[in-house]
Amino acid sequence: MAHIQVTEGIPGIRSLVMFRPESGQYLYELAQVLLRGDSPLSEAERELIAAYVSSRNECMFCMSSHAAAARYLFKDKKHVVDIVLDDYQSAPISNKLKALLTIAGKVQINGKNVLPQDVEEARKHGAGDRDIHDTVLIAATFSMFNRYVDGLASFTPTDPKAYEEMGVRMGENGYVLPTKS
Amino acid sequence: MPHIPLEEHLPGITGLLEYKKDTAEPIRKLTQFLLRGPSTLTAGERELIATVVSNGNECTFCTNAHTAAADKLLGECDTSQAVKKNIATAPVSEKMKALLTIASQVQKSGKAVTAQSIQKAKEEGATDIEIHDTVLIAALFALYNRYVDGLSTVAPADPAFYKGLAERISKGYMRLPQGYDHLKK
Repeated sequence: MAHIQVTEGIPGIRSLVMFRPESGQYLYELAQVLLRGDSPLSEAERELIAAYVSSRNECMFCMSSHAAAARYLFKDKKHVVDIVLDDYQSAPISNKLKALLTIAGKVQINGKNVLPQDVEEARKHGAGDRDIHDTVLIAATFSMFNRYVDGLASFTPTDPKAYEEMGVRMGENGYVLPTKS
Repeated sequence: MPHIPLEEHLPGITGLLEYKKDTAEPIRKLTQFLLRGPSTLTAGERELIATVVSNGNECTFCTNAHTAAADKLLGECDTSQAVKKNIATAPVSEKMKALLTIASQVQKSGKAVTAQSIQKAKEEGATDIEIHDTVLIAALFALYNRYVDGLSTVAPADPAFYKGLAERISKGYMRLPQGYDHLKK
């Protein structure tokens, strides 16, 4: 049960932003502009970074929902998502994306862990300033979302089908603040 | 040196928020609401939450900035130092001790928040909204600390810098309407 009185049966962050829409609106705006707005990284790649960071934080709700969104957005290449979450170095993805996932994994632990050589490695494989910036900010943002969702012990569905539906919605509609209806 | 080119006259978070303004806007609005918006916690108390989390993450820029902001809003410098050393013995209310304990658990992981620490906060009179806002402020600084250090932004050594910054952020977190060119030396 959640640590605060949220609506029963509403999963994860949705229950929290419905409890406090005054802050929730900005959380959804940030997710939308960061994961769907202008970026040199594809929407699928950005969802993959979000799922990877959430997996490292063991946030089941965020990991499952963003992995589902990434699978939806990767379309016929959706199998890469589970390989990345298992062992990204062995995944059939570009060396650039591998280097960015290394940076994201370090940000998940602490920002100070990102070293000049990590950034150098990403640049060597073609990453530009914005790739690096967006990777760090996505990893930092999910360090926030994961703590929000688990810190208040929000409801985490266990049925994989529930996440598949979320993934379709997130892929199709992006991030729209849910309202009580 | 930062990992990406940022305006040299804007160390720490400000250079990042100016680098990409479309993501900066919801981050600024969220911070303004959580730290300066209507609340049963004072702005000074909320800055103490930001300070404890930034200190736990060893983020020099954020720790110095929010310590200075807390000091300015509280009108003294002892409480911010005390909460960084030991929450249990700091000169704050029992409710604030319980909320700062929750914040320091969030700093480690959302999963580190225990039912007992939530129960303690409720026993000391914390409302659901205060608990919610404490967790979200702590989570927001998990973002800020990683953004600031993950891109290796500059943390000025001069304490006068943070005093000046505290003057500005004690008034609010929104982008200045005139921008920041006046800070160029």
